[in-house]
Amino acid sequence: MAATPTPLEVRNIKKRFGDTEVLKGLSLKAHKGDVITLIGASGSGKSTFLRCMNLLEQPDDGDLIVHGEPVRFKVTRHGREPADRRQVVKMRAKLSMVFQGFNLWAHMTLLENIIEAPVHVLGQSKKEATEHAYALLERVGLTARANAYPAQMSGGQQQRGAIARALAMDPEVMLFDEPTSALDPELVGDVLKVMRDLANEGRTMVVVTHEMGFARDVSSKVIYLHQGLIEESGTPDEVLRNPTSPRLKQFLAPKY
Amino acid sequence: MDITTWMFEWLEGNAIFTPNTLGYYWDGFVTTTQLVFLSLLAGLLLAVPLAILRSSRHKWISLPVYVYTYVFRGTPLLIQLYIIYYGVVFFDGIQETFLWPILREAFYPALIAFTLNTAAYTTEIFRGAIKATSQGEIEAAKAYGMSSSLMMRRIILPSAFRRALPSYGNEVIFMLHASAIASVVTLTDLTGAARFVYARFYAPFDAFLFVAAIYLCLTFAILFVFRQLEKRLLAHLKPLSH
Amino acid sequence: MLDLQGYGPRLIEGAGVTVQLAILSLLLAIVLGLLTATAKMSRSWLLHKVATLYTTVIRGVPDLVLMMLLFFGGQIGVNMISDMLYDHFDIDLYINFNAFAAGVLTIGFIFGAYMGETFRGAFMAVDEGQIEAGKAYGMGNALLFRRVRFPQMMRHALPGLSNNWMVLLKTTALVSVIGLTDMVRVAAEASRATHEPFVFLLPVAAVYLLIASVSEWIFAQLQKRYNVGFGGQ
Repeated sequence: MAATPTPLEVRNIKKRFGDTEVLKGLSLKAHKGDVITLIGASGSGKSTFLRCMNLLEQPDDGDLIVHGEPVRFKVTRHGREPADRRQVVKMRAKLSMVFQGFNLWAHMTLLENIIEAPVHVLGQSKKEATEHAYALLERVGLTARANAYPAQMSGGQQQRGAIARALAMDPEVMLFDEPTSALDPELVGDVLKVMRDLANEGRTMVVVTHEMGFARDVSSKVIYLHQGLIEESGTPDEVLRNPTSPRLKQFLAPKY
Repeated sequence: MDITTWMFEWLEGNAIFTPNTLGYYWDGFVTTTQLVFLSLLAGLLLAVPLAILRSSRHKWISLPVYVYTYVFRGTPLLIQLYIIYYGVVFFDGIQETFLWPILREAFYPALIAFTLNTAAYTTEIFRGAIKATSQGEIEAAKAYGMSSSLMMRRIILPSAFRRALPSYGNEVIFMLHASAIASVVTLTDLTGAARFVYARFYAPFDAFLFVAAIYLCLTFAILFVFRQLEKRLLAHLKPLSH
Repeated sequence: MLDLQGYGPRLIEGAGVTVQLAILSLLLAIVLGLLTATAKMSRSWLLHKVATLYTTVIRGVPDLVLMMLLFFGGQIGVNMISDMLYDHFDIDLYINFNAFAAGVLTIGFIFGAYMGETFRGAFMAVDEGQIEAGKAYGMGNALLFRRVRFPQMMRHALPGLSNNWMVLLKTTALVSVIGLTDMVRVAAEASRATHEPFVFLLPVAAVYLLIASVSEWIFAQLQKRYNVGFGGQ
């Protein structure tokens, strides 16, 4: 029996901005059903690492393999770039990202936001996409807000809406870029609950977060980044309960 | 080779740009400069009081000025020029007055049309700048017992003029370009000279490209002057650099 | 009662020419403006230089001079082509360089430069997160432009677009000088023939004001439409 391909694998990712090397060779492998959380101080490179996974940032070096298919690169005057734009577009459709700032399209209603990519990128019919969208809205508790514009919704509602938008793509892997950092504390809980449900139903997720509770309870693997390198990684028990690196100990200390 | 001999040789070997036609361009340049400079000056003098009236809180003061600026900014300058050029004859008795020899020539109707036009645009530019004066500065002036006319003279206008400078620079360039239509009412401005050269030699590219280059240089010169002015007068608005 | 002394129908025809000319020029200017903005934002050094040269020259030279250059020069250019066709290929083809087409081309070309600046500013005002979300959901460049960039950019571009349109409308009056029979030309001819300039020129001025007022209303409606979802700013 042929094994199903690994949803997402990155190897030896390097990235520099000007003179600063922000990622110094990072690797990660997400198997089906994995929930990997990336933690670290701000400036450790965790968001940049995540953004390299769907090529919102172009890594200067390293490999990216999505669903068993390596992304091809070429070197141009402007640096290293993907060789085939269409491949990138196809690859991104398999990885949905949830942003820190939600980034719901401001000129579309929530429902229009959710069906936009399924209809125009995946080629689903509008009817089919709309039905699916309503099911997802119900899951995140926003059925009543379907025709609201993002500006009319609270941050927590926008982020749950953005998660519904991500789910509508039926993605191989969901990427979360600090999904609760821009929210008022009382709104964080609702969003985390939706994410826990997703993890429990076996979604493959890579999550950049400051929520240690989420990392501890939900993730199958925790990676601690420091200055562009993986300082420590393993199960939540190993990394969060018994940290070995002094820096990680210090990072965790004030929160426990 | 000496640059002047080279110039003369080039002029002799060239059928179009003879000293004679270059003389036309020079006359055109003088006319254009006079028209633009005088209309801008007169327009500016008109615009300052008009802008103050336009900023008035009393509707019956500001509205007539608004109607004037709306009409002059909303219709083509060419129509305004035609109305004044063809219409000036019809003012009763004007042909008997001492003004007639002046108004009969195309230069003065053009000057009047340009002045009224640029005054309308400039009024709105200044009005915007006056409106943008910070309430804090006005309150400070009031707190120090300034009357409203003193406040206008000492606080509001000086800062409004500075703020208006970039927009006014655009207006100056706009006027330079708009003045090209003077050639339509038989004036030999720069464009008029180009039309003459074109008609005589049937050489549109030479005639118009040459004049386009002159306008381009004039535009850059105006831009440069305003940039220097802005540097000097707006320096106080820039954050200190370390 | 206004007595147009038989010039009424021609004035109305002239008004039609003005409106058609303005709308067609606007469409061309929008297309050129989008291209220019794209070129200015592109990474290509050459495209950037060409676009900058275009906008600089257009903004430095009077509209009327450009119009004459294109119109009078265009006729000679077309003649040269038909002469060459006749001399070398024995093709006898007389192409009349149409004044209306010249007008549309020139005005469109001139305002394409102004539109380019408007669109560039508007594209840059679109929040980068909105674009990233599109990329992250697998949108290609064309789709991203059509569905996200363009509709969001229009909100920022409309005030400038409206402004350019008002100036463009007035610029159409210049075509009367190169021989196109728009309403200004008819009114000027009538004024000369009848010695009653006010009867013809004032109504034409009023028509310009009317078109400007109607356009203002239309742009206000468009602005409302493109402001949807932005909290009515």
